[in-house]
Amino acid sequence: MTLAEMNFFQRMLYILERYSGSLLRGAATTMAIAILCTALGCVIGFAVGLVQTIEPQKKDGAVKRGILKVIKFILNIYVEVFRGTPMMLQAAFIYYGASSLFNINLGMWTAAIIIVSVNTGAYMAETVRGGILSVDPGQKEGARAIGLTQSQSMLLVILPQALRNVMPQIGNNLIINIKDTCVLSIIGTVELFFTFRSISGALYTYFEAATITMAIYFILTFACSRILRWVESKMDGPSNFDLATTDMLAFTSGMTKYDEKKGGTH
Amino acid sequence: MEEILKIEHLVKDFGTNKVLKDIDFSVYKGDVISIIGSSGSGKSTLLRCINMLEDATDGSILYHGKDILKGGVNEDAYRTRVGMVFQSFNLFNNYTVLENCIIGQRYALKRSKEEAREKAMMYLKRVGMDQYINAKPRQLSGGQKQRVAIARALAMDPEVLLFDEPTSALDPEMVGEVLDVMSDLAKTGMTMLVVTHEMAFARDVSSRVIFMSDGKIEEEGSPDEIFQNPKSERTKEFLSRFTNG
Repeated sequence: MTLAEMNFFQRMLYILERYSGSLLRGAATTMAIAILCTALGCVIGFAVGLVQTIEPQKKDGAVKRGILKVIKFILNIYVEVFRGTPMMLQAAFIYYGASSLFNINLGMWTAAIIIVSVNTGAYMAETVRGGILSVDPGQKEGARAIGLTQSQSMLLVILPQALRNVMPQIGNNLIINIKDTCVLSIIGTVELFFTFRSISGALYTYFEAATITMAIYFILTFACSRILRWVESKMDGPSNFDLATTDMLAFTSGMTKYDEKKGGTH
Repeated sequence: MEEILKIEHLVKDFGTNKVLKDIDFSVYKGDVISIIGSSGSGKSTLLRCINMLEDATDGSILYHGKDILKGGVNEDAYRTRVGMVFQSFNLFNNYTVLENCIIGQRYALKRSKEEAREKAMMYLKRVGMDQYINAKPRQLSGGQKQRVAIARALAMDPEVLLFDEPTSALDPEMVGEVLDVMSDLAKTGMTMLVVTHEMAFARDVSSRVIFMSDGKIEEEGSPDEIFQNPKSERTKEFLSRFTNG
């Protein structure tokens, strides 16, 4: 039976039989890039977002204030440029630009990881800034009032709460990255979308290949969104708490048993 | 009596708005000072200046003779000695009750885990919150939160505790439990500086009362002097609103 004689389901089965290996490899590549780059992007985003929220202290001199201002300005440019241009063009720009301008061959993988992380970082920076600003200022005052330093207050009190605030957005970015890694096919990264194009190109079965590939994308994103929900609920801790009753004084009445023969009130 | 804090000619401006105008007073060991006065008279700002949460515009705050405003004292070390209890509790939402009381001891005072835990339990027991050590702040009532906040401040073994309207954000039925804890604390000889609207507390518990009006100390004296024999017209007017109303 040739492809033309098959019906829709038979063609899907045919694709799955012949290409399940490459599809799985493509999906794994997509997931690996998405997870790694979201993680790196979060690190970049937290670093940049944190710097953006630093207020100059009163005792800081003019030099320190100036340096802070310059750094903030540069970071602002980074955020605006990477948020404001398509990632597909950024990929081409960095990958081809590195080789033609500086004669550096980044390699497809390095280029792919840099582009997606840096792009995610630009979005995360604004998210983290918002996450930090949305933590009640009283939390910082409480931390400072018991003698924690500026950085201790940040690390122990503010950032954990900011992280919780931005968790939904991290999940959002992971899902966006799973889908958007498809633009990396422009520099030849063999991920899920690239696999789809190879299959449809080889067999001319666009509809069937697209259906299968879409289903795989959906399974990946849906699984991630559920897992992240679960992580969020873990971060919130249980809605109930145990009263601490290890105090022996609290056990005195409950530990003795009623003895029928002896009688008594207890 | 040992003088812990001496405030001299303290001035605080917010832009053109003068909130504190030339404040002078001293805090001695064992003092329980209530600061009363109408809203906007600068009471909370005064307390926040003493804790360095606000930068004073002018004047000096001497801690054992060293001016904290001129960098004579390490800011963070100073704050471990002069604790603060806030109107809005400011418990760390990401930690349990016990962790709230431990974290400052561990990181600011570098105490061992065991010592910090023991201290925290001791003070949580004193405020009657030792059963709730595993709870998160959001699971507690306002009064319970404030008691934990007091235990958190006490666990640092401060020399002075500042209370910024500790009962103003509470439901009326919870005010009592917090005031009880504070009265007990006063009896143990803790040095306290309390901004409050609870006139009964100011009259019955404190050793000295400061009445503030319009950014200045209008009158200062023993509770009897202020409540029985107020000299200033403004004090009389302020107090009459509480006794008649």
